Amino acid sequence: MAGAIWVHGEQAPDGSLARISTEVATAARALAKASGRDVEGVVIGAKPDAAAKELARFLPRVRSLTEPATAEHAAGTIVAQRLAALVERDKPDYILAGAGPEGRDLAGALSALLGWGVLVNATAVEWADGPVVEMSAFGGKLNTRSAFTGGHGIVTIRPNVVAAEPAAKPGKVGPATIDGELRLPKVRVVERVEEAGAAAPIEEARVIVAGGRGVGGPDGFRLVEELAAALGGAVGATRAAVDAGWINYSQQIGQTGKIVKPQLYLALGISGAIQHKVGMQTAETIVAVNRDPDAPIAEFADLVVIGDLFEVVPAVLAELRARPG
Amino acid sequence: MLRIAVLVKPVPDTASGGERLGPDLRLDRQAVPAVVNANDEYALEAALKLVEAHGGEVTLVSMAASAGAETLRKGLAMGAQRGVLVSDPTLAGSCTLSTVRVLAATLREVEFDLLLAGADTSDGGGGVVGPGVAALLGLPYLSYAAKIEPDPEARTVRVRRISPTGFDVIEAPLPALVVCTQALGEPRYPSLKGIMAARTKEVVTKSLADVGVSPDDAGGAVATTKVLDASKPAARAATRVVRDPAPAAAKQLVAFLAERKVV
Ligand SMILES: Cc1cc2nc3c(=O)[nH]c(=O)nc-3n(C[C@H](O)[C@H](O)[C@H](O)COP(=O)(O)OP(=O)(O)OC[C@H]3O[C@@H](n4cnc5c(N)ncnc54)[C@H](O)[C@@H]3O)c2cc1C
Ligand SMILES: Nc1ncnc2c1ncn2[C@@H]1O[C@H](COP(=O)(O)O)[C@@H](O)[C@H]1O
Repeated sequence: MAGAIWVHGEQAPDGSLARISTEVATAARALAKASGRDVEGVVIGAKPDAAAKELARFLPRVRSLTEPATAEHAAGTIVAQRLAALVERDKPDYILAGAGPEGRDLAGALSALLGWGVLVNATAVEWADGPVVEMSAFGGKLNTRSAFTGGHGIVTIRPNVVAAEPAAKPGKVGPATIDGELRLPKVRVVERVEEAGAAAPIEEARVIVAGGRGVGGPDGFRLVEELAAALGGAVGATRAAVDAGWINYSQQIGQTGKIVKPQLYLALGISGAIQHKVGMQTAETIVAVNRDPDAPIAEFADLVVIGDLFEVVPAVLAELRARPG
Repeated sequence: MLRIAVLVKPVPDTASGGERLGPDLRLDRQAVPAVVNANDEYALEAALKLVEAHGGEVTLVSMAASAGAETLRKGLAMGAQRGVLVSDPTLAGSCTLSTVRVLAATLREVEFDLLLAGADTSDGGGGVVGPGVAALLGLPYLSYAAKIEPDPEARTVRVRRISPTGFDVIEAPLPALVVCTQALGEPRYPSLKGIMAARTKEVVTKSLADVGVSPDDAGGAVATTKVLDASKPAARAATRVVRDPAPAAAKQLVAFLAERKVV
């Protein structure tokens, strides 16, 4: 029987299942259906059970592997070693993970440990004799489709490219055990610091309201936050705003920040420079408020309001408040 | 004293906007000027600041086509002492796993206390080469650094790792691999003196055989992945431009959001 498709179940900092894993699981289920192969989830962590249970809403079978070391140490390579050992024993053919920081750390280490290929940042996955992975190249100018040559491989999938859908009936959760020493050196966690007022993460947000230099300062970002809250979204930023110290780097979108694909991207006082554009241009809907009609963003937004954001945004907030329901 | 090796990749300049694939579905490297991958410049800047503080030197390590030597000069002009470039015709069209194996093999012959890589590459990288190299070399792996504090006496390094809710402070013994981000600080421009000095610095070019990797383990012929095809994404619809004064513009904006079902 052909090897199974495995899903790496990632845990959020609070131990729950990361949302990206529900999307990855949905994609994996579709591949399993198209290929007639088995699909299975694996959650590895100090306390994996809650996340494993959540993952079982999406997959017929999930195994949870308790690895206490992940509580005290940076998890990436520990999880990779355990997963590599499970793979060598149980022989699945494909492993799907999220394309966020944890998934990348895992995929890179796993690829090297197993000698398997890796296809990264998938924007779609289908089955044709193996996973066929669509990726966005050159900042969205081109879509490529790639495949593995050797009958096995690792795929990382971007957030928000698959709509998560639970399975018709929930799957079973069971424990996994694997022996063996952790050979790679451990990296100790000295302390975990929660930053006061840390903004909602942008990678998985369905709505992002982003501010640029035109927002003018930290006070202007209150307006961005207010609109984000009114739309139930997260706050993003350009590098200009990050460099000015108005907002944290974790919110930066673009070439050296994060690549996002929300349903709505609303840009306030952002010119739309190429290094920013590569991070957001696959958003489903792009709306911009900019006082310069010649700003590059006016060329690729779906809707642009030419005007002063300090006038337009309060009016939009009033309009949203006036809406019924 | 700190010996730091930095993994740098020459990539097409994003700002040029002219990147394209050749008929073989590989990046057409003639089409656009190459630059040092932006995240690798942050790594290099961090390395230069660390050797300024602790003493020591910086070695650039890269796998690229032979023209990559020119791109490495920019890093030498910024202040790195030397470059090691692995370049071999068999490596054309190779996959990420080949890159990982080649870089790991190359690094076995380079002496370093700290190995720095970028968070990802702008030409389609997925941030997987760093963790791959660390796994093959058995190095402690510290990712997404916003701050790097080595203690050369104690032979340890502390990293502030960006987390979803703030940051983690993580620590490991040296030698270790640290993945670098823009949060480490703006890279310097090469000075005129630096540019002059770079002319006489050495970029050692090595073949696959020189680094002791078999063509069975790396290269285009044994690539683990292949590009099947490429297509232009569907063009976005034409932009709707609203020029009305704020209240009327706001109405249209919200109506548009409702049309798109986001409110
Ligand atoms: C290697 C490299 C990597 C980079 N990586 C990134 C990255 O990851 N992300 C990123 O964002 N940038 C990145 N950049 C920077 C990028 O090139 C731009 O400089 C940056 O995106 C500009 O930010 P901005 O749009 O906020 O500012 P500007 O380009 O200054 O634009 C401000 C806009 O606000 C408008 N405006 C001003 N006041 C108002 C007002 N009151 N009402 C309405 N509109 C107003 C102006 O008309 C203008 O269009 C990178 C650059 C380099 C070289
Ligand atoms: N060909 C290469 N030569 C040297 N370093 C590389 C190469 N490819 C990737 N790297 C390093 O690995 C990091 C992550 O790359 P990637 O996995 O391609 O996103 C880069 O920022 C570089 O530091």
